[in-house]
Amino acid sequence: MKFKGKVHKFGDDVNTDEIIPAKYLVTTNPKELARHCLEGRSKNFARKVKPGDIVVAGKNFGCASSREHAPLAIKGCSVSCVIAASFARIFFRNCINMGLPILESKEAAKEARQNDILQIDLNKGEIRNVTKKRIYRVQPFPRFLKRIISFGGLMRYVRKSDV
Amino acid sequence: MGLTITEKILAAHAGKKRVEPGEFIEAKVDIALGNDITAPLAIEEFRKSGVKKVFDRSKVVLVPDHFTPNKDAPSAQQAKILRDFAKEQNLKYYFDVGRMGIEHALLPEQGIVGPGDLIIGADSHTCTYGALGAFSAGVGSTDLAAVMITGKLWFKVPETIRFIYRGKLNKWVSGKDLILYTIGDIGVDGALYKTMEFTGEAVSSLSMDSRFSMCNMAIEAGAKSGIIAPDKITLEYAKKHCSLFQPKADPPLADTVHCSLPTSDPDANYCEIRKYDCSKIEPQVALPHLPSNTKPVSEVGNIPLDQVVIGSCTNGRMEDLRIAAKVLKGRKIPSYIRLIIIPATQNIYLQAVKEGLTEIFLEAGGVVSTPTCGPCLGGHMGVLAEGEKALATTNRNFKGRMGHPKSEVYLSNPAIAAASALKGRIAHPAKI
Repeated sequence: MKFKGKVHKFGDDVNTDEIIPAKYLVTTNPKELARHCLEGRSKNFARKVKPGDIVVAGKNFGCASSREHAPLAIKGCSVSCVIAASFARIFFRNCINMGLPILESKEAAKEARQNDILQIDLNKGEIRNVTKKRIYRVQPFPRFLKRIISFGGLMRYVRKSDV
Repeated sequence: MGLTITEKILAAHAGKKRVEPGEFIEAKVDIALGNDITAPLAIEEFRKSGVKKVFDRSKVVLVPDHFTPNKDAPSAQQAKILRDFAKEQNLKYYFDVGRMGIEHALLPEQGIVGPGDLIIGADSHTCTYGALGAFSAGVGSTDLAAVMITGKLWFKVPETIRFIYRGKLNKWVSGKDLILYTIGDIGVDGALYKTMEFTGEAVSSLSMDSRFSMCNMAIEAGAKSGIIAPDKITLEYAKKHCSLFQPKADPPLADTVHCSLPTSDPDANYCEIRKYDCSKIEPQVALPHLPSNTKPVSEVGNIPLDQVVIGSCTNGRMEDLRIAAKVLKGRKIPSYIRLIIIPATQNIYLQAVKEGLTEIFLEAGGVVSTPTCGPCLGGHMGVLAEGEKALATTNRNFKGRMGHPKSEVYLSNPAIAAASALKGRIAHPAKI
């Protein structure tokens, strides 16, 4: 899988209350959730984000609640990929399970700036910052996770391998 | 090399002799939990799969506790999804308003979870049950859906950080203060992906209620789970609760103890060991906007408050209400402050009534609410306005967590909370 998109840059410890405040958790509709995506950090993000754009953040992205509404809201914005210096573990699981591509790269996350253009090749494990003309290698996912991803998420994996 | 308690429980549930940190395993799940926010998504996924029945009707637990009693029509709709599913699947453990309690107080009380169990919950504070000597981790809704179908889930075996709490606790210091102090020390990602194993004589001296508060907030340091090896206090608790609820507990506790009270081996592998001298730990307050932003209460300064909340999955248990009542007894809060007290379960509520605690709270000028997560996540029952400040015994103080993005939340133990309600500003109970 390959993506190209504009960077929306966020800082450290972006928590799930900031990604989607609890008051909006009365629906599971991704498009509705998307209207409030990341509003705890940026009032304009949901309005400005374009399909294919890339969220780039610092350490511990998606910390706190287990709400899958958080990755769902990001997916609802048609964000192609999230890059962070590190991810909180439940958020990480949720993304793998629902098939939202995420990449961990301290350098790429640190050096990318708002509105930079990134080009990502998931198979190669490569992030290319087109604006800065920089290439970053990313640790590939362990085999086990690749299998879940290759099935298209946990539910497909479960249906094909167990039931 | 020996194994940690966490590795033993995971190995036992994966059908292996041993597991190593970093290894991916598929393990059997003893109890899977969902609430009114996370279960609707899981049920949607379950339905899409075409599977008709959950893997075991006595192992899937649904507790609508976040926005209940229903706060509005959309949340009523979400809760109804759980009710309909529980009926259709004839779930053994479904708790509607009137039986409902805050999930992480309710499951141990009802004897549904016990030592040695492997528990997952689509709620980040599922790590609470580690206090019983169980492996217990928060997961997402899709994880819950997968478990509802197969009874199994994938895990990466976590590394373990061992925390040793030496010495005797100072007066007014509880499990909540130890965990706030620890998060203040290591930061909100200080235990990312890892297990926090709490040990040492100060932890051994803690009541179960205090141990639950401690493990409850392991997630606030990014941990996968928190755990305390079962001891006499754990067993007494488990015996009491499981015998009390024996008719309801299925399978009975004895069958769920897979590892016959596991403990860590003396030569177990820890990625880090941290030691604390408890004689130096004062009651703690976490300032806005991170649980790691902690200070001893004596250094907080003059912080006037608009609201105090005593409750939640962190501090809504009997011990918490008793200590709050002890501070509030015979006193009145100022007229400009709101004190909201939320017993975490119906049984705790009833016990508080029997012991005369509710009377103390009401006479002090507080309100006592039916069990709900409500204000902790800015849901209902005490949402904050712009510029307001609240002190809460809850677990998160992120920006806007309890309401308006420009409101502030401070975290503390229930004694500090009660004293602060009386003073109208953050205060030490010894100073009232």
